[in-house]
Amino acid sequence: MFLSEAAASGPTFFYLVPLVVFIPLIGLLTNIIFGKWMGEKAIGWIASLATGLTFLVAVLLGVSLLNHPEQVIVPLVDWISIGELQVQWAFQVDTLSVTMMLVVAGVGTLIHIYSIRYMHEDVRFNGDPGRFKRFFVFMNLFIVTMMVLVSANSYLMLFVGWEGVGLCSYLLIGFWFEKGKDGTGNAQAAKKAFVTNRIGDFGLMIAIFIMFWAFGSLNFDQVFAQSSQAAETVILAITLLMLVGVAGKSAQIPLYVWLPDAMAGPTPVSALIHAATMVTAGVYLITRSYPLYNSAQQVQYIVAMVGGITALLAATIAVGQFDIKKILAYSTISQLGFMVAAVGIGAYAAGMFHLVTHAFFKALLFLGAGSVILGVEHGHHHLEHEGKGENGGEHFDPQDIRNMGGLRTRMKTTFWVYLIGTLALVGIFPFAGFWSKDEILLEEQILDPPVYWILIITVFLTAFYMGRQVLMVFFGKPRSEATAHAKDNPPSITVPLIVLAFFSAVAGILNLPRLHSFTEWLEHTVKSIHPVEFNFLAAVVASIIAISGLFFAWLVYSWRYKKLQELPPAQRPDDPLRQWLGPIFTGMENKWWVDELYWAVILNPYIKLSRFLAEVIDWRFWHDWFHNSVIVRGYNSLARFLSGPFDLGFIDGIANGLASVTVRFAGSLRKVQTGYVRNYALMVLLGVVVIIGYLILR
Amino acid sequence: MDFLDFLLHPLTLVTFFPLMGVLIILFMDKENKTAIRWTALITSLITFGISLWVLMLFNPANPDLQMVVDIPWIEVAGWEITYLMGIDGLSILLVLLTTFLTPISILSTWTAVEERVKEFMIFFLLLEIGMVGVFLSLDLFLFYVFWEFTLVPMYFLIGVWGGPNRVYAAVKFFLYTMAGSILMLLAILWLGISQGTFSVPELVATASIPGNIQIWLFLAFAAAFAIKVPMWPLHSWLPDAHVEAPTAGSVILAGVLLKMGTYGFLRFNLSLFPEASVKLAPWIAVLAVIGILYGAMVSYAQKDVKMLVAYSSVSHLGFVMLGLFAINSQGIEGGILQMINHGISTGALFLVVGMIYERRHTRDMDAFGGLWKVMPVYAAMTLIVVLSSMGLPGLNGFVGEFTILLGAFGSKVLNNPWFAALAAVGVILAAVYLLYMFNKMFMGPVDKDENRRLFDLNLREIVTLVPLLILIFWIGLYPSPFFNLMEASVTKLVESIQVAAMAGLP
Repeated sequence: MFLSEAAASGPTFFYLVPLVVFIPLIGLLTNIIFGKWMGEKAIGWIASLATGLTFLVAVLLGVSLLNHPEQVIVPLVDWISIGELQVQWAFQVDTLSVTMMLVVAGVGTLIHIYSIRYMHEDVRFNGDPGRFKRFFVFMNLFIVTMMVLVSANSYLMLFVGWEGVGLCSYLLIGFWFEKGKDGTGNAQAAKKAFVTNRIGDFGLMIAIFIMFWAFGSLNFDQVFAQSSQAAETVILAITLLMLVGVAGKSAQIPLYVWLPDAMAGPTPVSALIHAATMVTAGVYLITRSYPLYNSAQQVQYIVAMVGGITALLAATIAVGQFDIKKILAYSTISQLGFMVAAVGIGAYAAGMFHLVTHAFFKALLFLGAGSVILGVEHGHHHLEHEGKGENGGEHFDPQDIRNMGGLRTRMKTTFWVYLIGTLALVGIFPFAGFWSKDEILLEEQILDPPVYWILIITVFLTAFYMGRQVLMVFFGKPRSEATAHAKDNPPSITVPLIVLAFFSAVAGILNLPRLHSFTEWLEHTVKSIHPVEFNFLAAVVASIIAISGLFFAWLVYSWRYKKLQELPPAQRPDDPLRQWLGPIFTGMENKWWVDELYWAVILNPYIKLSRFLAEVIDWRFWHDWFHNSVIVRGYNSLARFLSGPFDLGFIDGIANGLASVTVRFAGSLRKVQTGYVRNYALMVLLGVVVIIGYLILR
Repeated sequence: MDFLDFLLHPLTLVTFFPLMGVLIILFMDKENKTAIRWTALITSLITFGISLWVLMLFNPANPDLQMVVDIPWIEVAGWEITYLMGIDGLSILLVLLTTFLTPISILSTWTAVEERVKEFMIFFLLLEIGMVGVFLSLDLFLFYVFWEFTLVPMYFLIGVWGGPNRVYAAVKFFLYTMAGSILMLLAILWLGISQGTFSVPELVATASIPGNIQIWLFLAFAAAFAIKVPMWPLHSWLPDAHVEAPTAGSVILAGVLLKMGTYGFLRFNLSLFPEASVKLAPWIAVLAVIGILYGAMVSYAQKDVKMLVAYSSVSHLGFVMLGLFAINSQGIEGGILQMINHGISTGALFLVVGMIYERRHTRDMDAFGGLWKVMPVYAAMTLIVVLSSMGLPGLNGFVGEFTILLGAFGSKVLNNPWFAALAAVGVILAAVYLLYMFNKMFMGPVDKDENRRLFDLNLREIVTLVPLLILIFWIGLYPSPFFNLMEASVTKLVESIQVAAMAGLP
């Protein structure tokens, strides 16, 4: 057996690790160079194969680690070396990095396969089939950069991946760059994501500077080895600034605002980059830097609190959204909050465990949502084809859950896998999310009770908004013609969903109570973690909260909703909560106006200041007024003073006439400046003569 | 050294070989434009080849000047001016950059310059001589001659082949640069006469200039260089010159001529006046940081894409200055590398702007939109250049900016991490204005009829850009060969400044 051979030969497989970067790189280069002559299938399969092979390498690395759990560093080549600054391109293989590789490449492969069909539809729906290849090139580029991020052995190499994934995010959010609000909405969203992330990266970069001058190295091992002797303020500064980076990448307060807009990207992108993998990089970074965070307890509380509040805030917003992907986006922010809260208090295993299970069920939910959207779009097209376009040609939004309903019977497979994803996210026994979320709650309860209570409220809201979504999408009667004509998708869409549903259901076995296999696996790298004993009571409390959230959702969106349907359409609110909560619901629907706040406080002032600097200070004052009035006119006066006596003494009336003409045209810049050149040269000469004269005669 | 030795000396050849092309073109029929273009291109390519030969002869482990040419030149009243040339780790990359960018610029004029091609090419090759001469000459007087000489061809390139407001821009360019140079000339004369030599290595080795006089000399040299860089607030000639200059002129102006300013600081201010450099470094850093932020903000508010790129130079050159005056090896090596990076990225940006200008005859960003859809190859290449300019890790700009900021952050001379922290804000702002430009021109819907039928890049245009793109990746992923070239010389420079500054302390 191939795998058992791997197990027997052990460490030799570590040297395959550069392939996790190079295989997808070869994949994308193949598609760039030969894509022109290949069909869609070939392009898609090459990209998927590249990701699949990457996954295989990750599996081989994992197997090698079972035999030899200590970290291995595989250097490739020198990168930057100046004095003390020695940075290499080198790969670090340990249980933490391989966990990330497995998640990225594993979920990535499924999403690539799903995308072949999905993008086939999407490029036609959006009217540019030529863009199919570009999508897979970007997706493979994402795998490359993400692998650089997780396999780096130094903060600087990590930073390359860190900004690299940000670039891929930019490219893929802006994939349909001519679409969105006013035709520029998607492009704006892409830019917003990149710039917001750069603000976070700024923090990470400064943290790296401090690290270098404090420890003389940027390699993880060397930094961590010295972290215990470092001054407290240094560690505080590094960890806090790193948190800024985390807030950018993992969409935490106050930098989370880019992620909901990122849903402008095609749905597989939302699943892979903006749910399962890239956004978890912040959680990975904190876990990776555990020796630093462990020696800065004050910061740990801040991290946990940031995570907790983000989780709660995002969950409240999710309740008021109608776009199926936006709800999931806020849910992602909220779940990232759980992970950050966990790694904040040092519960690294719980945080990473939730990262893994979340990757499965959130990817599943997004791809499921994509399947729903495709189904509704099909229904819409079907109608258009029959000449029965609804709403009198008004724009139809296939992502608005108010247009859906009753899809349970029309898209059976999608419904069942979506339900599994929902139960996993909500944390219902025995699905994956139950185990990982329970572990986080348990640790918070012991180590940080305030955050625990915040998260418990969030658990309720999570169950409520997911219940709301499922009820509005799949239950009741279709609320639009397009939905009524929706049909389920072919196997190339649904099979990846089923695989993800399987893992969402059973991934809990990775870290079952008493066995703690995942915790022990990570413990080889993250030395400070210890298994936490399962607490039956805590699990029951959390489950009751979650189930009551679902129950309330049922009350509102099934029981109450049916009653509302009896009202005439004009008086019928689109959401029963709108009636009951009034302005609070409006606040949730409008995301608490955080975007508007940022516009008013940061963006508009910046734009105004730039314009003021450019137009008034730089151009009108400095370029025009200072140049014309001070420099030119000043020299002009000097020139007249110098040339006056000269003129009077030697040149007759004609020349005088010329001089006055010159004066009259003083405003004409060209003449003035020509005059200025001549006199200037005279000044130069005089100066030189004076200096030389002085030096000779002194 | 007899005449033939001098003539065949690698540094003589690399400097004066373009003269050969000038002579040939001089005797060519001015109507035979293609032949003139090919002659100029081949001349500049051979010059590039010669510079590669210089690179092969160059020993990176040797921190001192190499391949020195030392010939008595002018003797007046006992002061000896020598024809002194040499190359070391501080200058070799800039020489290579010059010879590398010249053929690329010439290639970019193939269809853009149709009038007076003969004169254009003559001026262009003369300009190359001047630029290489600036980077190689080590006698202050000789340096000054080359320095001023570069003004003349550039003046004509802007003034004859420029845009509608070209005369104003050319005169302004000339005068501002001259205004600074004159102070430098006075300082050069003072130095040469008081110390009895104009030779830079000799001055570095023997000169003992009292601290307060060092400050004055530093400032006089700085006046010339700071205008050239341009450092804030002496930049107001730059947008005029760039916007009016023809594409090739802009490429060389941004790519090489501005580097003469930063190189001047490195070669003369830092080496000759170490005490003054250490004392004034925080002030230079203040101006550099203001320039970084100011340039970035003003860029963002531009409507003309060429103005945007021009102001971005103010920001980028601020990074270079900050690195040089961090006065540690990370800062200076990063600064030198960033000079090269800026030459590549901004040069490429000007080429890219020129390509769309040739098609649409406008540079107003509002006139574009959705170009990615119409011109995918052009868009992809522009994207890489934009990313390089904004310092995306894995591309060249990042390596330079990172090492500069790292050096400045821990610099003992600046002794204040806030310089680097504020400068790092400029990295965020770079993303803001460059993505604004990219979004505005390349993304969004194709809503202007004029843009619907634009043709994508042709082979010549791709050939123009590809060498730059290769370097963008090469320096980004594997900059060691570049750092190796400068390492020994920079280490020596840093040490000598430290020694001198120590000695200067009471």
